[in-house]
Amino acid sequence: MSKAISILYDAPGPKAKQRNILYSIVFVLALAAVAWWIVTMLADKHQLDAAKWKPFVTDSRVWTTYLLPGLQGTVIAALLSVVIALPIGAIFGIARLSEHVWIRVPASVVVEFFRAIPVLILMVFANYFFVHYSSVPLESVALFAIVTGLVLYNGSVLAEVVRAGILSLPKGQAEAAAALGMRKTQTMTLIQLPQAVTAMLPAIVSQLVVIVKDTALGGYILGYAELLTQSRTVSNAYSNTIPTLVFIALVFIVVNFALSQLASWLENKLRNRTKGNRTTVNPEMVEEQAPGMKM
Amino acid sequence: MFDFLSKYDVLGAFWVTVQLTLYAALGSLIWGTILAGFRVSPVPLLRAFGTAYINIVRNTPLTLIIVGTLLGLSQTLGVTMGTNVLDSQNFRLATLGLIAYTSTFVCESIRSGINTVPVGQAEAARALGLGFGQVLGVIVLPQAFRSVIAPLASVLIALTKNTTVASAIGVAEASFVMNNMIENESDKLFLVFGVVALGFVVLTLPTGLILGWVAKKVAVKR
Amino acid sequence: MRLSRLARAGVAVVSLAVALTACGSRDEGSGSLVDKAKNDKKLTIGIKFDQPGLGLQTPGGAYEGFDVEVAKYIAKELGVDANNITWKQTPSSQREDMIANGQVDFIVATYSITDKRKQKVDFAGPYFIAHQDLLVRADDKSITGPDSLSGKKLCSVQGSTSAQKVKDKFPQVQLQNVKGYSECLTGLESGAIDALTTDDTILAGYAAQQPGKFKLVGKGFSDEKYGVGLKKGDTKGRDAINAAIQKMETDGSWKTAADKYFGPSGYTVPAPPAITEK
Repeated sequence: MSKAISILYDAPGPKAKQRNILYSIVFVLALAAVAWWIVTMLADKHQLDAAKWKPFVTDSRVWTTYLLPGLQGTVIAALLSVVIALPIGAIFGIARLSEHVWIRVPASVVVEFFRAIPVLILMVFANYFFVHYSSVPLESVALFAIVTGLVLYNGSVLAEVVRAGILSLPKGQAEAAAALGMRKTQTMTLIQLPQAVTAMLPAIVSQLVVIVKDTALGGYILGYAELLTQSRTVSNAYSNTIPTLVFIALVFIVVNFALSQLASWLENKLRNRTKGNRTTVNPEMVEEQAPGMKM
Repeated sequence: MFDFLSKYDVLGAFWVTVQLTLYAALGSLIWGTILAGFRVSPVPLLRAFGTAYINIVRNTPLTLIIVGTLLGLSQTLGVTMGTNVLDSQNFRLATLGLIAYTSTFVCESIRSGINTVPVGQAEAARALGLGFGQVLGVIVLPQAFRSVIAPLASVLIALTKNTTVASAIGVAEASFVMNNMIENESDKLFLVFGVVALGFVVLTLPTGLILGWVAKKVAVKR
Repeated sequence: MRLSRLARAGVAVVSLAVALTACGSRDEGSGSLVDKAKNDKKLTIGIKFDQPGLGLQTPGGAYEGFDVEVAKYIAKELGVDANNITWKQTPSSQREDMIANGQVDFIVATYSITDKRKQKVDFAGPYFIAHQDLLVRADDKSITGPDSLSGKKLCSVQGSTSAQKVKDKFPQVQLQNVKGYSECLTGLESGAIDALTTDDTILAGYAAQQPGKFKLVGKGFSDEKYGVGLKKGDTKGRDAINAAIQKMETDGSWKTAADKYFGPSGYTVPAPPAITEK
């Protein structure tokens, strides 16, 4: 990366430095103008009144009654989804590598189908499905629906991660195992999968970011009490929609930024450990992926 | 069995989905390229802005961004998006939110595409005396784009699916109409799901296949 | 074929997931809620958590509002202390199901008595008659009723029929669909939206919360009879609840509660309605 930056332009000389400073000043002025406009508009609409912002600092109940339980709701839904989606993803990822057509093809169809459909559609469907055809208590239907939608979607994404992880291993690994007389299942579970898991780890962590963001979608639409949905109860109690949304956004950014950092830290660590011999599944590739395309 | 479909404007809803996708795709391609330019630019401040923008927007749920365009941008800041008709206003707000969010993915794809262009290309360009804008615009980006068609196709498909979030502010796209249909025809749950799911498969699968083929076709052989 | 360790672990997790999905039993409570209240000294009551003035979860985690007061009064009459009430949030679309499944003993949540709902649940009451009304900015003189809404922007909550009813009658109205009433208020305050329509009780709650900003137009254009929803066929329970409501209305607690929650908005509290669901 740093290499790419430096090769695109010469080291700035005195003139270029001056020009860069000029650009910076123009840019700062433009940003300041936008910020000034926003602040004046907000002040004009009384959105900057201290009373609307103060509760987040002075009233701990905002956090204990609404935001932290909301964050807890987000975490529960996200963790449940990833814990259930992982084994499902592993099974389908391995199934797609099977040499039997009758395993490989159905697995591929399922994976491609769920990757082609918006996760919101899956959640809405699951929501009404649980209401009409299951004995899930209605107050947990939204959670069940969100987790189901996320598992179906992320299970299929993780299937691709697993597949790419296994394919990223040197061929010699499987060949050596075969030479030792191992069965295919043994090769897969004792040789390939354990190594693939380390290669996949960064991708799995960064998939958590996607899951956390999608819980907000499901929660907001289906009314599950996660962080974003709590914006309603907070602004009902304090009449401060804008400050609430800002604080909720901050919490999301902090949580997701930490997860992204963890993912890239893991990636660097794993890459350095084996001195470039081993590839990792690039976490960036996982987030948004096209059906019908190979990683 | 499919009679009830005529009561709802399913095709119209999918047309809204397609329109949202196209406008947002165009917008995020432009804004995403500019952001990528910022991120590799010689001006440290622009680089910092690019990085900050990506880290903030990428880590915010799209739902929050789109709801923010309605409650913040439109209702608080008074941005009307050049129309007084609520439906088109919401449509434009949703498009703006989708652009803000999707452009971060476009930017990161292009940035990684820039990295695939061999060092010698930029070096040769600089040796010819081209400035940063020319190096990037004339030499590097055209090559970079050819290698990022596949990742950009993925972003486009993700965008198509993400347009469903626009229902949060009442844009009558496919998932909005699906919700209405299920609420009124709860006995046809599977049918409704099947129709809407099929609609999305029809929208996303060919995009992936065609662009995947194009990507292979135009890839720079190295 | 030998199952490998990993495959077995995978199967275990999947079956756990399946079990998780399948569990969550519903106790099919039989018998009248009167007996349940008498024996267990506990009740589960469905309310709204997000409607100021009717049912609202306060920052302290308690619940307040007119519906909550009515529910507490009924519980007291059934011999259940307020501390032994489990409050449950009952979204509008799930109220019938939650009663039928026995997840709540009864519901006091701006629950209008309609013939369609009566096919699935029984009602006691009504304990209040609300009217669909409009909430507008306090300084807005242009809106005097639904017929003056032409060309105006009306906020609608998805799944609620009140705004759609207005739109059907007056097609010139523009609808802004959002997911919750609190989203409507931001726009109403800033002028991006001109009116919000639903039951006047709910609107009065919002108006009372931010005094001076909003007002009710005061031209109610439909009657919404709020009833207490309970399991179909529980005549004993219905009679007991009716008796409790009757007592609440005669001993003055009804008026006190109504004045407390609806009064501040300038809403004139009507006389308590006669109980019709017998």
